[in-house]
Amino acid sequence: MLSFFSAHSPLLAIVIPLLAAPLCMVFGNKSVAFVISFLAAAASFALSVFMLLWVKDGTVLSYHIGGWAPPLGIEYRVDTANAFVLSIVSAIGMLALSYARTSITTEINEKHHTLFYACFIMCFTGLMGVTITGDAFNIFVFLEISSLSTYTLVALGAEKDKRALSAAYDYLILGTIGATFFVIGLGFIYMATGTLNLHDLSQRLPEISDSRTVRAGFALIVIGMGLKVAIYPLHRWLPGAYTYSPSAVSVFLAATATKVALYVIIRFMFSVYSKDFAFEAITFQYVILPLALIAMFAAAFVAAYQINIKRMLAYSSVSQIGYMLLGLSILNVEGVSGAFVHMFNHAITKGALFMAIGAIVFRTGSALLPNMAGLGKQMPWTSAAIVVGGLSLIGIPGTAGFVSKWVLMSAAFEREWWPIALLIVASSLIAVVYIWRVVEVLYLQAPAKESVVQEAPLSLLVPTWILIIATIVFGLYADFAISISTTAAEYIMQGGFGGKEVIILGVEGR
Amino acid sequence: MEHHLILRVVTKILVGPILLYGLYVQFHGDFGPGGGFQAGVIFAVAFMLYGIVFSLRELRKLVPDWIVHQLIAIGLLLYTCTGLVTLFLGGNFLDYNVLWSVAYKGQHYGIIAVELGVGITVFAVMLAIYYAFAGRPPQLDDKDW
Amino acid sequence: MERIFDAEFALGHMNYWLFVILMMTGLYIVVARGNLLKKIVGLNLFQVAVFMLYISMGKIAGGTAPILIDNPDQLYSNPLPHVLILTAIVVGVATTSLGLALIVRINETYGTIEEDEVLEIDHQMYAAEVAEMNKNKPVKTDAA
Repeated sequence: MLSFFSAHSPLLAIVIPLLAAPLCMVFGNKSVAFVISFLAAAASFALSVFMLLWVKDGTVLSYHIGGWAPPLGIEYRVDTANAFVLSIVSAIGMLALSYARTSITTEINEKHHTLFYACFIMCFTGLMGVTITGDAFNIFVFLEISSLSTYTLVALGAEKDKRALSAAYDYLILGTIGATFFVIGLGFIYMATGTLNLHDLSQRLPEISDSRTVRAGFALIVIGMGLKVAIYPLHRWLPGAYTYSPSAVSVFLAATATKVALYVIIRFMFSVYSKDFAFEAITFQYVILPLALIAMFAAAFVAAYQINIKRMLAYSSVSQIGYMLLGLSILNVEGVSGAFVHMFNHAITKGALFMAIGAIVFRTGSALLPNMAGLGKQMPWTSAAIVVGGLSLIGIPGTAGFVSKWVLMSAAFEREWWPIALLIVASSLIAVVYIWRVVEVLYLQAPAKESVVQEAPLSLLVPTWILIIATIVFGLYADFAISISTTAAEYIMQGGFGGKEVIILGVEGR
Repeated sequence: MEHHLILRVVTKILVGPILLYGLYVQFHGDFGPGGGFQAGVIFAVAFMLYGIVFSLRELRKLVPDWIVHQLIAIGLLLYTCTGLVTLFLGGNFLDYNVLWSVAYKGQHYGIIAVELGVGITVFAVMLAIYYAFAGRPPQLDDKDW
Repeated sequence: MERIFDAEFALGHMNYWLFVILMMTGLYIVVARGNLLKKIVGLNLFQVAVFMLYISMGKIAGGTAPILIDNPDQLYSNPLPHVLILTAIVVGVATTSLGLALIVRINETYGTIEEDEVLEIDHQMYAAEVAEMNKNKPVKTDAA
C-alpha cells in the first residue's frame, strides 16, 4: 500500500484535491465540504513533503500520465526546485483552509460556503498543477484553472465591499491577457521546435537560440507570466485583488499565487531557455534588474502611504517580488538560492500578516488604519503577531526575513555589486516606516471607540501563530531552507531538466 | 411565448434531432470527429432552445438548478474516477490499457468513459451559465420582443 | 544583403499578418474602450487571434483532416494544435462567461458598466475612507 502511494505520489498530490472539488459540490453541506477540502489539502501537503525529502539530494521524479512516455505524453516532473514550491503552496493552502472556516462566516453568505470550499480547492489544484507539470501547455491549463477560480474567490469579497467586483474584473482582464501572451509564446517555441515537453524543449532550443521566433517566444512568455507575477509595472491588478478579497483568500493568494508564477518564469528563464543565451543576459541586465530595483523602492513608498492595511501589505508584496527578481538577475547560485529562500520566507511572513489582519477584520469589520487604534491591548495575540510578522518583513535578525535578505546580500557581494547590497538595506528601511505606522496605531494610540473589542477566536489565532512561529524557527535555524534552496538553485543554474538520477515513477509503460 | 405558434412547433420538431445529434457526436467521438466538449454544447443547445421558446420557468421545471449543479460535479467525478480505476487496476493514471484484457479495447472504453464525463460537465456548465444569465431579473416581458 | 521589402516573405506569412492585425485590434479594444462589455469583446478577439495562429500553424500543405484513412501516402495536418486550441477555447468560454457574470454584478451594485464611472465611485469610496481617517485625528500632520 505504501509503495502504491510512493509510486503515484506526484499524481496523487494533484488528483486528490481535484477529486475533492466535485465531492464538495455533490455533498452540498458546508461542514462536509470543509472536511473534504481540508483533508485533501493535508494529503497533498503530506505527499509534497514526502517528495521534497525524496528529491532534496537532486534526484528527479518523473511520472507519465496515461503511461505515455514523454515527449508524446504529459509528464509530471518533480525536482528539488518544484518540490520546494509544492510544499510551500500546499502548506499555506492547508493553513488558509483551516483559517477560512471561521473567517468566512462574517464575509460570505452562508449558502455560498460549499462553493467557496470547492473553488478554493480548485485554485489549490491549479497552483499545484502549474508547479508539478513538465509540459508547457499543461502549465497554461492549470494556470487558467487556478486563475478562473481566483477571480471567483476575489469577487466573493463583494458582499463586504463592492469594490471586490471591479478588482476581480481588472484581475480577469489582465490575467487573461497575461495567460494569452503566454500561450502565444508557447505557440512560437512550438513552431520552432515541434515539442511542448519542457525537458525536450530545453534540449532542442540551444541549437536555434539565434532564431527570431525563439526570442519572440521568450519575450511573450516573460511578459505573460510577468503579469501574473506582478513584476513592477505590470502589478496593477494586485493591490485591488488582495485588498477586497475575503481574508482567507488574501492569505492564500499573497503567499502562493505570485510565487508559483515566479517559479514558472524561473523555469523558463533558466531551464527551458538557458541563461547563456545572449538575449537572456541582456534581458536580465537591462530589464529585470532595473524593474526589480524600482519595485523595491516605488512599491514600498506607495505602501507607506496606504490607509488600508491589506492594500499596504499588497504593495509591500510587489516590493518583495522585486527582491526575488533581484536575486534572479544577480545570475549566480547564491542569487537564485536567495530568490527561493525569499519565496519561502515571504510566503510564511505575508501569510501570517494577512491572517493577523484578517483576524482584526473579523472582529472590527474593517482593515482601515484608524480602526485599529489601541487594539494592542484589546487583541494582544493578534497585535503581537503583526509585530513579529512586520519585523520579519523588515528583515530583523532572528526572523525569516533576515535570512533571505542576508543570502541576497551575500550574492550581491559575490558579484561585487556593492551598491545593490546597499539598496537592499535602504529598501528595508522603508519597510520600517510602513510597519511602524501600524505598530504605532496599534499600541500608542488610544482606542477611538468606547466599545471593547475581543481577542480573535482560537481558530484564527492558531493558524496565524503556526506561521509566526515558523518565521521565527526558520529565522533561527536557517539551514533547512537555505540548504534546500541552494540545492534547488544549483539544479536550476546547471540548466535543463536532467538530474543526478531520474526515477520514473508509476507503472512501467508499454 | 404562447402566441408564437411557428416558433413553438419548429422547436418541438428541432429539439429531438438536436439531442440525437449531440448523442451521435458524443459516442462517435472515438471513431470520427467529435467528443465530449462538442457533444455537451450541442446537447445543452437543445435545452436552451426549449428554454428560450417555452420560457425559462418551464425549463427549470424540467431540469431544476440542483440537478444541473450536481451534474457539473458528477461529470468531473466520472473523469477522475476513471483515472483512479486505472490506477487501482495497476496502471498509471488514465492508462486505459488495463481496463480490458485487450489493450485497444481498454483504450476504447476508457475514452468513452472519460468523454462521457467531459460531455456531462460541459452540458451542465453551459446550462448553468444559461440559467445564471437568463434567470437574472428583470425577465423580458412578452410584449418587449 | 539586406532586402527592404520581400514580397515573397510578406505574402508567405499571410497568416501571421492576419493574426497580428486581429490580435492588436483586440488588445486595442481592451485598452481603449471604457465600456466593460466591449472590453470583453476585445478580449475575445484577442484570444481568437491566438486560436487562429495555432490552427494555421498546424496546417500542412496538401494535408487533409487528421482522420485515419486507408491511403498510406496521405498527408495529414498536425492535429496537436487543434487539440490544444480546443482546450484554449473552453478556457476562453469560461473566462468570457465569468467576465460577463462580473459585469452583471457590477451593473447591479454600481449601476453602470462604464469603466470611468466605476472608477469614480471607487475613488469616492476611497475619499470617504480618507475623510473618516482625518476626522479621527485632526491635528496629526505627518500622516498620509
